[in-house]
Amino acid sequence: MSNALLFAWTGAALCGLGLFGFIVHKHLMRRLLAFNIMGSGCFLMLVGLAQDGRGPDPIPQALVLTGIVVAVASTALALVIFRRWFRLSGKVRLPEDA
Amino acid sequence: MSTEALVPWLLVVPLTAAILTLLVPERMRAPVSWIACVPMLAGAVLITVLRTGATIYSFSGWEAPLGISFTVDGLAGGMILLTAIVSAVCAVHARTSLRDEASANAWFWPLLWFMWTALNGVWMSADLFNLYVCLELLGLAAVGLVALRGTPEALSAALRYLLAALLGSLFYLLGLALIYGSYGALAFTTLSGVLEAVPTVYVALALMAAGLALKTALFPLHSWLPSAHGGALTPVSALLSALVVKASLYVLIRIWLHLTPASGSLAGAATVLGLLGAGAVLWGSWMAWRQEKLKYLVAYSTVAQIGYLFLFFPLVTSGEARASGLAYDGFVLMLISHALAKSAMFLSAGNLIFAVGGEKVSDLAGINRIRQTSMVSFGIAGVGIMGLPPSGGFTAKWLYLQSALITGQWVWIAVLLAGSVLSAMYIFRVFHHAYLDGPPQATFRTPSIWLESSAMFLALSSVLIGLSAWAPLEWMRLPIFKGSH
Repeated sequence: MSNALLFAWTGAALCGLGLFGFIVHKHLMRRLLAFNIMGSGCFLMLVGLAQDGRGPDPIPQALVLTGIVVAVASTALALVIFRRWFRLSGKVRLPEDA
Repeated sequence: MSTEALVPWLLVVPLTAAILTLLVPERMRAPVSWIACVPMLAGAVLITVLRTGATIYSFSGWEAPLGISFTVDGLAGGMILLTAIVSAVCAVHARTSLRDEASANAWFWPLLWFMWTALNGVWMSADLFNLYVCLELLGLAAVGLVALRGTPEALSAALRYLLAALLGSLFYLLGLALIYGSYGALAFTTLSGVLEAVPTVYVALALMAAGLALKTALFPLHSWLPSAHGGALTPVSALLSALVVKASLYVLIRIWLHLTPASGSLAGAATVLGLLGAGAVLWGSWMAWRQEKLKYLVAYSTVAQIGYLFLFFPLVTSGEARASGLAYDGFVLMLISHALAKSAMFLSAGNLIFAVGGEKVSDLAGINRIRQTSMVSFGIAGVGIMGLPPSGGFTAKWLYLQSALITGQWVWIAVLLAGSVLSAMYIFRVFHHAYLDGPPQATFRTPSIWLESSAMFLALSSVLIGLSAWAPLEWMRLPIFKGSH
């Protein structure tokens, strides 16, 4: 197995782990972390799969850079809303998961 | 005149307006937005009327696959115009309806413009990754709009919406990684016709479809939608239901039309999407009928109407060219007429809630004693939602029916008919309560002329679009369906 493919499989495993965490955990902070793990897994897959057998490829790296910016922005927004929700309601879960 | 020069402005103007509305003092944000609506409407009309064939714009001359091209074909042009009309009318409504909510009024305007930018980006992108970025920007702006009210309910709805949107995006990104890993390309022009019928491609398409279905709130992935759409501020509800849910569906349609493998059959996938759509029609209508709160009733009606849009998939893949063409026309008309009717319905519902001072359907009792403009516009919009003639909803269902009849797909005909009956049930339930006699001491406020006329304008357009359906259908027909009429 090539190095690149190893990255892709690691990414797939991280994705699975993140998805599992996202579904199992109800604490919003844990869900957000699970989302970030899943996102990192996606990025690893994107770069790993593209470079497998074809050598270095700058395009997926640029895509992942954009993807990281998007993920950071989403995480920031989620944190702001989560913090306000926690202040107003004192809860760390959504009402239906309480 | 070439329409190519218009394309970048459709992104630059809303993005500038978004930044400008953040910079100017809060009381200036609405007037600045009103001014910026004018070039947006003009640009949208010009690109629809002047366009011949597909307009392709490559930023700074870098063509696909190296650069990112934007393509405006019939479907994209129609969506740009629809977005401009609905957003501008909602801006008129928001100017008055948000006046009493200081913080919401300040932040609504920049978020509206970010949303508009992202929507235009989605309509024009012909590249899988660019679509991902635009969908994410759209999701973030929409979540911000839902959270604007600042109440615990609004915040939990925004969180629920954000989590669903993020998960959907990751599924889409996974599919994109598989496609790029196999073919090393993301632009539709490069990928079109190249994809083979191999497991990797099917898994990638399935992942993308699942992610986009979650973002579109297709039954049974719809549980985030009612609280987000029903609990938001009125103009926000209208924008979300009319435009934002359509964006992820639009991406799915694009992938279906441009990227499906040349060999191999998609009938199975189409049937699954159609059945989920049928489930959405029945379950969404039933839940709408059971809602206590007026805006939640309208939000569940959106769940049901999304189901109709998904019936497009089994009808278009029937293999018969004429049936596919009719299905596409029906889909386009359904999309437009739902956007107009649903935004009209949300704005009317907001006006009614303002008038009676209560959110429940039963609070409407006695409203027939005052000026009823909002009730009338609610009813006209309801005609479009139920699909009664002469509305656009009726013509769209008629086209669907013809398409299903040609190919003998009776099950979808049953769904269309059952959906119409169910939607009549929940809409007449509202009228039933409105014509009951309320407590005699009840007082009603009269919504301002701006609120009532914006709802009425959209409601009347949803009917007019049915009377002159040929024009938008002609504009929005794609080359692949041209020969089928």
